[in-house]
Amino acid sequence: MGIASALFNIIVFPGFLFLGVMGLILEYLDRILYARFQNRQGPPFYQPLADFIKLTAKEEIIPEEADRRVFKFMPIIALTAATTAFFYIPMWGTSALFSFTGDVIVVLYLLTIPTVSFFLGGWSSTSMYASIGAVRTLTQLFSYEVLLFLGILSPMLLADTWSLSESTIYYQHHPVMMLLNIAAFAISMIALLGKLEKVPFDIAEAETEIVGGSFTEYTGRLLALFRMAIDVEMVVGASLIAAVFLPFGLMLNPVVAFILYLIKVCIIVFLLSLFRTLFARLRIDQMVSVCWKYFAPLALAQILFVMIVKGVFL
Amino acid sequence: MIRPGKMLRELLGSLFKKPSTIKYPAEETNIPDRFRGRLKFEAEKCIGCKMCVKDCPANAITIEKVGEKFEAIVDLDKCIYCAQCVDSCPKKALIATTNFELAQLDRRKLKVKI
Amino acid sequence: MAIVKIPIGPQHPALKEPESFLISLDGERIQEVGMRLGYNHRGIEKAAEGRTYIQNIYLLERVCGICSHSHSTAFIQAVEEVAGIELSRRAKYIRTIMGELERIHSHLLWLGVAGHEVGFDTLLMYSWRDREIVMDLLAMISGNRVNYGMNTFGGVRRDIDKQKQQDILTAVDALEERTKYYAKVATEEITLIKRLSGVGYISKEDVYRLGTVGPTGRASGMPRDTRKDDPYAAYDEVDFNVITDNHCDVYGRTLVRVGELMETYKIIRQLIKNMPDGEIAVKFPRRVPAGEATSRYEAPRGEDVHYVKGNGTDKPERVKLRAPTLANLQSVSKMLEDNNLADVPITIAAIDPCFSCTDRMIRIVDNSKGSANTTDWETLRKKGIEWYRNEKGIDFTDLNKKYANIRKVD
Repeated sequence: MGIASALFNIIVFPGFLFLGVMGLILEYLDRILYARFQNRQGPPFYQPLADFIKLTAKEEIIPEEADRRVFKFMPIIALTAATTAFFYIPMWGTSALFSFTGDVIVVLYLLTIPTVSFFLGGWSSTSMYASIGAVRTLTQLFSYEVLLFLGILSPMLLADTWSLSESTIYYQHHPVMMLLNIAAFAISMIALLGKLEKVPFDIAEAETEIVGGSFTEYTGRLLALFRMAIDVEMVVGASLIAAVFLPFGLMLNPVVAFILYLIKVCIIVFLLSLFRTLFARLRIDQMVSVCWKYFAPLALAQILFVMIVKGVFL
Repeated sequence: MIRPGKMLRELLGSLFKKPSTIKYPAEETNIPDRFRGRLKFEAEKCIGCKMCVKDCPANAITIEKVGEKFEAIVDLDKCIYCAQCVDSCPKKALIATTNFELAQLDRRKLKVKI
Repeated sequence: MAIVKIPIGPQHPALKEPESFLISLDGERIQEVGMRLGYNHRGIEKAAEGRTYIQNIYLLERVCGICSHSHSTAFIQAVEEVAGIELSRRAKYIRTIMGELERIHSHLLWLGVAGHEVGFDTLLMYSWRDREIVMDLLAMISGNRVNYGMNTFGGVRRDIDKQKQQDILTAVDALEERTKYYAKVATEEITLIKRLSGVGYISKEDVYRLGTVGPTGRASGMPRDTRKDDPYAAYDEVDFNVITDNHCDVYGRTLVRVGELMETYKIIRQLIKNMPDGEIAVKFPRRVPAGEATSRYEAPRGEDVHYVKGNGTDKPERVKLRAPTLANLQSVSKMLEDNNLADVPITIAAIDPCFSCTDRMIRIVDNSKGSANTTDWETLRKKGIEWYRNEKGIDFTDLNKKYANIRKVD
């Protein structure tokens, strides 16, 4: 790949520019759906962009006792890791920009890095609200991470491959097999709610309890980058679920397939907003017990079911 | 029965209804007619008894004799819009209108003769 | 983790009004709670001594925004008892209707705030949307959404005619439907029940020992309600139940408040049906004779006590208030024992705190020396200036001169 096309991929598509714009559009969709569900008017379409510009124009205040280098570096790590994970996810056709065997594991690990950077950012702030929020982020990680891995794993098991692009090839040839993964789809949606820290799992940034969680001391450009990282994480997470669980219509004309991809992502964001509005926030001990007592056995049962189907019928 | 997502039907229904936000000041809102806003003074009815001055909880109104008639001066930022002066006046010379958009940039403009 | 001391307040997104709770945590478990009051003290009792009785109606109304009619009515009832004036029945009925409408708006507000504290913003938006029905009704009757200014000595200032009575009945029908829906949500939505159950437990013995009043106490099975124990206004002529519950936690308090809303609709319908004719205010003397009286009122948060002492002039000699939140605050540290940090906002919100009502003058008794110390205004001011100069090195004399110059320009 030449330097020019590599730069084009990093900066424009599907790099920072495309993901940034998609992130802002999806944030707007999420906020207006949240408002309409609650019978309110909602923000105008330029609100997320206006928030981003306003935050970059504000002064950066760093607490005196904080570790300056770690404090300033964490937002960049979060944004970069989330953006890099997007290169391996197929949007149209049957191959992503890069693909190799085992890239689903790389994508999942790259999605863990932003969570760890939230923890490090909160911990290095040395404010007590941020410390409590940072510890809660890690505790939450222990609950939903296993569910996410197990949920994404069962369609891969059925497709008999470790590469996202190859699994789409498999599902193109056997579209009926998608229906066997319904339970895994539900588990992955719940785990995605935990990863994106949305209600009922937004314990790490509970506004009425610990003010801002890990982001309490962040201001200015750093907070703008963190919020952009969260938005990009939502794009990447939704695209991952769309590629793994809804891989139909990929072989059509690229423009049509791209529009179909956008519709799939919008449906997933619709479901995420609906869950955000329906439930109250859980406590951290309740979240850990619910995830391990009810959802983990369901995920294991789904994997068992997939293995039996593979062994007996295929 | 106890289940998650009790409000689902209501939420999905709200997607298709008009939002219940009142878009003030882009649209007009209806103010009830008993609303107590800026005072109005009818100078010909005033007899200068100053019951309104005595009863005002905020010391916002003063009555001065100018020539043969009386003038009322109100501090719009001190007034609490309780309309006790309206009730205390024996000749009903004070009326409460429904005007509430009284903000000014200069503090001196808030001491007005009504 | 070691013991961490976290301050909830005075400025905190969980509290609507400033109050300081210093919470010692071990991980997420609460070890100890320390409370400081007084951030909202405005010197209302002292200010009431320098104003005439008529001016005091409006001063006392502004003690609190949500229970403003309660404070105003309690004060006026005390003064009317000192003067020995009897009201007309129609005035009593109108005062009761306003009090019950205020109870509706306060309980719907509480429902929204409780939803917000547990992260359930949808309940906040919906219940506050329906609260607008009551607010529009109150504005139509009295002219303002809060601080109604309906009371005056000897009766009320505005009348409720037939058309307004019809509007009240229509609004009450709409509200009753919505309240039934919220009762179903509160008892069937599992995430909400999980957050509210088992939190903020206080037993019946502790409720009697600590003197908790209002729905907080009634949720632990204490059947005390001033409207039944000591009827005032028109409450001896209406028929209603006192709602108690046995859950003893925040869930019980939710059920008690929703149950009280249903009872309120019953009361309002009876009052409108049996509204007597008559005048709305009787003549009242400007100089109240000497005497003292205590009056109690069931505010939406509990029992509100007012004491007024007159000495024959047109200004009162002493006015003392005891708001219900002051009685409920002492049970908060008992409720928070052995709970998680995540339960602190909803436990504080469950007693329905109104710190503006609470902060009055309290005498501090030194238990070791057995003496009580009262300082007056000037000594306190000098003491404050001395303390800042010695401890913090801040000198106020230049600032005072600059301030005096600013005041001189008109």
